[in-house]
Amino acid sequence: MTIGNVIRLAALIVLLALLVRPELFSGFFTLFTKNNQPAIYNQGNLLDITLNHLAIVLAATVASMIIAVGLAIIVTRPFGAEFLPLSRSLANIGQTFPPVAVLALAVPMLGFGTAPTLVALFLYGLLPIFENTLTGLTNLPPAVTDAAKGVGMTGWQRLVKVELPLALPVILAGVRLSVVISLATATIGSTVAARTLGEVIIAGLLSSNTAFVLQGGLIVGVLAVLIYDALSALERWLMARTGQLGRAAA
Amino acid sequence: MIEIDDITKSYNGTVVVDHVTLTIEPRSICVVVGTSGSGKTTLMRMINKLVEPSSGHIRIDGEDIAGIPAYELRRRIGYAIQGHGLFPHRTVGQNVATVPKLLGWDKKKIADRVDELLSLFQLDPAEFRDRLPHELSGGQQQRVGVARALAASPNILLMDEPYGALDPVIRAKAQEDLLSIQRKMGTTVVLVTHDMEEAIHLGDTIAVMDKGKLLQCAKPAEIIANPATPFVAELIGTSERPFRLLSLARVADHIEAGEGAGEPIEASASLRDAYAELLWSGRPALPVRRDGQVVGQVTLEALSRLAARPQ
Repeated sequence: MTIGNVIRLAALIVLLALLVRPELFSGFFTLFTKNNQPAIYNQGNLLDITLNHLAIVLAATVASMIIAVGLAIIVTRPFGAEFLPLSRSLANIGQTFPPVAVLALAVPMLGFGTAPTLVALFLYGLLPIFENTLTGLTNLPPAVTDAAKGVGMTGWQRLVKVELPLALPVILAGVRLSVVISLATATIGSTVAARTLGEVIIAGLLSSNTAFVLQGGLIVGVLAVLIYDALSALERWLMARTGQLGRAAA
Repeated sequence: MIEIDDITKSYNGTVVVDHVTLTIEPRSICVVVGTSGSGKTTLMRMINKLVEPSSGHIRIDGEDIAGIPAYELRRRIGYAIQGHGLFPHRTVGQNVATVPKLLGWDKKKIADRVDELLSLFQLDPAEFRDRLPHELSGGQQQRVGVARALAASPNILLMDEPYGALDPVIRAKAQEDLLSIQRKMGTTVVLVTHDMEEAIHLGDTIAVMDKGKLLQCAKPAEIIANPATPFVAELIGTSERPFRLLSLARVADHIEAGEGAGEPIEASASLRDAYAELLWSGRPALPVRRDGQVVGQVTLEALSRLAARPQ
C-alpha cells in the first residue's frame, strides 16, 4: 500500500469515527470554544446531516449527468450538429450564474428547503460533464471510428459499443469535477433551509463557535478529497482496462 | 467481380477521383498504387460506401451498391486499415468476432470461427483470445486486424495501406500470409499502397492513380514493360525495371537441362533471387532443386535475356 493510500484510509477512519461517535472528539474541539460553548454540534445528528448532504449531491449529479451526456450525444450526431453552439452557451450560462443567485431566484418558485438547492447544483454540474463528454466523443482515435464504420456497425451500435466505452474515462473526469464542486456548493443550500453540512457551519458562524465551523468544514473537505481520489482511481483503472493510458484525460 | 463505372468524387469543387472506370476480376488481387493525394484511398472507400460518389456507379457481382444500405454492404466486405483500428476496449477474440456478431451468428459458431482464424494467422487461440489489443506487438495487431476483416468470410477484402506501420521483416511475412490466405479462400482483394514493390509483389493487376485519374490498369509485367505515362515509369523506377520483371517469375518456370556447380537454389524462388545469387557467387549457372532433388539449372545468360525489355 502506498503512503497516499495509508493517509486516505486513516482520513476515512477518522471521518467515520467523527460521524458515528462525535463525542470521542469533544476534547479536541473544546480547544476552539469559548465560554463553555458546546464542542460538538448539538442541533442534529452529524451522520444524518452528512448522509443528507451526500444524497442531495448524488441526486443533482445523476440528473446533470443524464442531461449533459444526453445533450452531448445529440449534438455530436449528424442530425444534432447545428445545436452544438446553442447547447454550449446554455451549459455556460448554468456555470456563470452564481449558485447563490440561483437559490435566491428558485426560492419564490420552489419554496424553502431542498428543491432550490437541487436546482442550483444540477445547473452547476451540467457544464463540466457536458464539455468532457463532448471532448471524449470527438477525440476518439480516427482509425478506431473508421473501423467501427467499416465493419458495418449502425450509428447506434457505434455509439453504444465503441464511442461511449472509449469516452467513458473522460466523461468520468467531468463527473468528478462536477461532484466536487457540488459537495462544496451544497453547503450554501443551508441558507434556504436545505439540510446539508452548511447548517453546522452557519450555526457556528451565528454563535461565534469556531468548533462548529471547523466540524462542518472538515467533514465537507475530507469528503471532497476522498471522493475525488476514488473517482480518479476509477478513471485510471478504466483507462488501463481499455489500453488508453497514453491518451491524456481532459 | 467489382465494376467501377465512371466514378467521380469531388469535395466543394475539388475533384479527388476523376471519372475512374475499373473492373476487378473475382478471386484476384488488385493493387491501387499512387502517391498521397492521388485519390486511391477515396476510390477504395467508395466500394464500401465510406465515401459516397458524386457521380457514377459501382456494381458488385452485377448489383449496384447504391441500393444496398451502407451497414449491410459493409458487413459483406472485409475492411483492414493501416494502424489496424482494433477496438482497444475489446479483447482479441471480441474484435475478431465483431462482424459475425453483427450478423447474429450463434455463440458456438462465432467461438469456433474466432479460433479458426486466430490459428490461421498463427496466433494460438488459448493464448491470444482474451488479451487486449495493446498487449500485442505491431505485427500481431495487424494480423488480428486482417482476421477481423475476414471473420464472416467476405467475398471482398479492402485493405488500406495495411502494412504501412510494419517493419520490413514483418511486412514481408504479412504479405506472404495474405497471398496464401487469398489463394486458400479465393477472396477478391483490393489493396491500396504507395509502394510499387509491394504492388508488383502482391498484385494480379495493378491500377496506377495520379491526381484522381486512373493512368493505367494492367498486369504487373505489362506495367513494367510498357508504362502508359512517364509518371507510371517514374513510379516503377527506371533502374529497377529489369529486376522487377525478374521478380515476377519463378525459377520453376525457366529450368533448363544441365547441372550447374555449387549450392542449388529452390525451384520456388523468384528469378530475381536466382539472378542475385548468380551475380554474388560469380557462377554462370545454378543447379535447381525441387523436393530435395536437383532437376536442372538456370543460367545467367537466360536470366539476362528474360530481364530485357519484352518485345
